[in-house]
Amino acid sequence: MSFRTIYTVSDITDSITEILASVPGLHDVWIQGEISNFRRPSSGHLYLTLKDAASQISCVMFRNRATHLRFLPHDGDSVFVHGYISVYKKAGQYQIIVDKMEAAGVGVLQQAFERLKASLAAEGLFDEAHKRPLPRIPRRIGVVTSATGAALRDILNILHRRFPCIDVLVYPVLVQGDGAAPQIAGAIRDFNRWSNVDVLIVGRGGGSIEDLWPFNEEIVARSIFASHIPVISAVGHEIDFTLADYVADVRAPTPSAAAELVVPDQSELHRRIRELDQRLTMHLMRRIERARTRIIHLNQKLDVHRKLGDIQQMQQTLDMLAMRAHRAIRACASREHQRLLLSRTRLEHVSPLSQLQEAHKYARRLQEQLVHRILQRLSEERSKMEKVLLQLDGLSPLGILERGYSICLDSNGKPILHADQVDLGEILQIRLARGQLSCHVFQIHGDEKHGVEL
Amino acid sequence: MELNFEEALAKLEAIVETLESAELTLDAALETFEEGIQLSRLCTKKLEEAEIRVQKLLATEDGDFETEPFEVPSVDQG
Repeated sequence: MSFRTIYTVSDITDSITEILASVPGLHDVWIQGEISNFRRPSSGHLYLTLKDAASQISCVMFRNRATHLRFLPHDGDSVFVHGYISVYKKAGQYQIIVDKMEAAGVGVLQQAFERLKASLAAEGLFDEAHKRPLPRIPRRIGVVTSATGAALRDILNILHRRFPCIDVLVYPVLVQGDGAAPQIAGAIRDFNRWSNVDVLIVGRGGGSIEDLWPFNEEIVARSIFASHIPVISAVGHEIDFTLADYVADVRAPTPSAAAELVVPDQSELHRRIRELDQRLTMHLMRRIERARTRIIHLNQKLDVHRKLGDIQQMQQTLDMLAMRAHRAIRACASREHQRLLLSRTRLEHVSPLSQLQEAHKYARRLQEQLVHRILQRLSEERSKMEKVLLQLDGLSPLGILERGYSICLDSNGKPILHADQVDLGEILQIRLARGQLSCHVFQIHGDEKHGVEL
Repeated sequence: MELNFEEALAKLEAIVETLESAELTLDAALETFEEGIQLSRLCTKKLEEAEIRVQKLLATEDGDFETEPFEVPSVDQG
């Protein structure tokens, strides 16, 4: 009877494990295959079977490696996996412990992207209803991008040119490769916690689809969706949209375009201020005009004597107001002039001289028009007023008496217009330009002659 | 505290609206006008004096944040 060596199951399994571990080629191996039976339990480890037409092999990818995956694997995907062969002793199975997995060809990556996009769309992450409006004029802008990239330089250049009245907070992150997506998402979260910016620009310059991939990752999409601060995506890739573009409140095709979207152009703002200046002036003039019309109107209603005093007072007030307005408008116009002198030195190296001269001329023309218009109105108004005063003088009873006429009043103080209004012997009052007389009627002559006795 | 550009512009716009729509006495209209001119002067000044300020945001170890001046480095990456 031959001698039998008896192993325990564990012993033999250990031996097999050791043998497999001792083959150098199996430590560090790349394998191509198609995924089937893919599972992702709550532990976060990934289980799958890799197969080709004839064979299959079990694979495990532990969570700490799985978090670096660029895409969520799916049954049917063609992939390359890297790892080493090991034995799962409890099942007596050999398996591959996977540390890297890559999509075999862009097709798989694209499919994974389409699946993620569809699922985020179904969740409502892209809905218009969730889009936050951009602030009209932001005070602080947060920028999440590479500190050394062209994207940041482009953004700062444009902001500097268009609208320098802002603070920019840069949050430097990796924008490509492993670890970029968690950094981008973390930066967006930090800005929201810190919450001291009005708007965020998140992006990078152009690159290959692989370079842009972090902006297609779920973690980035979700952090943009969760942001309370409006987000402009600025991934330099004009043709394709990344998931970040779909979720962002506004999508800019390039970082430069994002900078142009986020602030107004300062020359437009200068125009707007000028327009408001003009409206102010025009409506003040209109208001003064209305007051004048009203004075003339009142003029016709008021008692002559009071009217004279009032009109003089009102005229004085009006003159004072007009002078104030004139001064204010002059000040405004001269400020415009100074502003242009200032702008000239600032703009000389960035703006064509001719444009500046145009603006200068325009301002001077505006100033001349304003001053001319006000002076013209004042002089028109003054001559209108003088005419009214002359008319009033002519109408005044005092004026008539000054010319030698008298007014004859009965005992009730009513003016007497006909001789048959009085009786013989009646006492009448006669008002002269200065003083008055009491007279006794001794004869009545009907319509023709008249006589009074002292 | 002095208004920033956006506040000054918004106030100027409101003043123009008031002057255009409300029935103001002459005195009030002139006061409003003068206030408007002050604001427009302030807006222009803000636009012209402004310098863009760039800072870097840093997370500190205790979960807080701080900023430091940021110099734009030379370009070496996408």
